[in-house]
Formats: sequence, structure tokens, C-alpha cells
Amino acid sequence: MRALTALCLLLTSFASQAETPQQIRQSYASEAAAQQAGFTASAQRGEALFRQRFSNNDKMPSCTSCHTDSPVKPGQHAITGKAVRPLAVSANAERFTDLAKTEKWFGRNCKEVIGRACTPAEKSDFVAYMSEVR
Amino acid sequence: MKPLILTLLLGLALPAFADRMPPPANTPASYKAECSSCHMAFQPALLTANDWRKTMNGLKDHFGTDATVDMPKQQEITSFLERNAGDISKLGSAGEPPRITQTARFIRKHREIPVKYWKDPRIKSAANCEACHRGAAEGNYSERDILIPELR
Repeated sequence: MRALTALCLLLTSFASQAETPQQIRQSYASEAAAQQAGFTASAQRGEALFRQRFSNNDKMPSCTSCHTDSPVKPGQHAITGKAVRPLAVSANAERFTDLAKTEKWFGRNCKEVIGRACTPAEKSDFVAYMSEVR
Repeated sequence: MKPLILTLLLGLALPAFADRMPPPANTPASYKAECSSCHMAFQPALLTANDWRKTMNGLKDHFGTDATVDMPKQQEITSFLERNAGDISKLGSAGEPPRITQTARFIRKHREIPVKYWKDPRIKSAANCEACHRGAAEGNYSERDILIPELR
């Protein structure tokens, strides 16, 4: 069933930006529920992850290093200085509308900041926070 | 008289040409999508083909970041960069690993910039072209269009 959901999402993702943040959050939540019965996404846990400081990377100890303390504000890449558009859906409607792109950035940024891949539960919480924060 | 006017006009136009570097019209979407999130989509002419190859072969540790892309994109981007790369006689060596900001051309063009400006939080990095050259992504590096007023 999980594979089927993933396949459906993958197929729809070929037409780029086919997903909604709600669908992406749900896709991660289903994956998390398969490992942890009764899992539901929490925006509060998502916010805690967003603000947590890790000791993996001095230049980017947390998500806020580039995305600032407020996800509704534009950020700046901690090393290159490049402008980064807001992460919050309320401030940037393009966020979390393309599963492949979302996966790519969780892949890169979790590894770079935390030093490991994020779990489906963390991703689901994170998307929940970014969908709700104003 | 006419050739003289033409020569004068050409002389006036040349510095302007030197500051214009529009991105190639056939830039693949993958280049922008994969290479312009953390930094701007640098014009291929800013490095030689050889230095782009080295850069693309070293994405696993791209200045401290894992910037790997999938194989079809790796090939598409590399061949785009190679086809439109700059000339070694104009650029000079880019060092190891190659850096646009270490090419002789870049250094010469920026030699009047005081060190403190590079450290300005609005600039942060010499690779942040758009901090000062607001039209950099479109290829406008004209001194007249520099963003931070005290750098004019």
C-alpha cells in the first residue's frame, strides 16, 4: 500500500508541481505510520526541529542559519550570501508543491545540517509546521 | 574622417561589451534548477572547460557541500558548461579546486575593492555576484549598476 501511494505520488510528480503541501505531508506521515503506529504529523515538533541546533556544521548549525528565525521571511545562504525565498507556504506558495524537489532538499539539507538523513516523521512534522506558520 | 569616428565609437563601446555576459540562450533548465539555489547560475564563460569539468567531477565535495546531481543531469550540465566555457587566455588559472573568484580576470577586475567590503554581511562571499552587480544573473556586470552605493 505504501509503495502504491509512493508510486501514485511519483507519477503525478512528473507533471511538475502536481502536489499540495497537504499531500506531501500526508505521504511522509503514511511512511512514518508504517514504522510507528498511530503517527500523526505535528507542526509543534516541526518547529522544534526547525530551531534545533546541531553540532555537525559550524557554518550551518541549524535550519535557521540560512532560513532565519522566521520561515515567513526571506533568508540568505550562510556561506554564499545568495537570497533564499521564504520557506513558509503562507509567504511562498511554491513551497512543498513538488515532491521530488522537496525530497531533494530534505536530502541535501538534513545531511548538511544534521549530518544524517531526516526520518519520514521529521519530514512530515516539518512540512506541517511550514504549512501552518504565519 | 569616417573611419576615425568609427574607431572612436568602437573604443567607447568596448568597455561596455566587456561587462556584458548574458547567459547562453540554450541554457538547460537543469542548470538553473540544480546550480542556482545556493549561488547564482554563473555564466559558463567565467571558467574554462577544463575547470568546469573538474568542478562537475567534484560535486560530492563542492566547497564543503555535497552538491551531487543525478547522472543524466550531470552529463547535460557538464556538456552545456563545456560548450560555452571561457577562454584560458582571458581568464587565467582558477586555482585548485577551480574558483571563479581566483581567476586572474576576476582578481584584476576587482582589485580596487577594499578587503572590508568582501566581509560586509550584505556581500558575505566573493561568489555572491548579485550582492553588488544586481543584474549579474542576466549578465550585466557594468560598474554603473553596482548596488551598494559606497562601492560605486
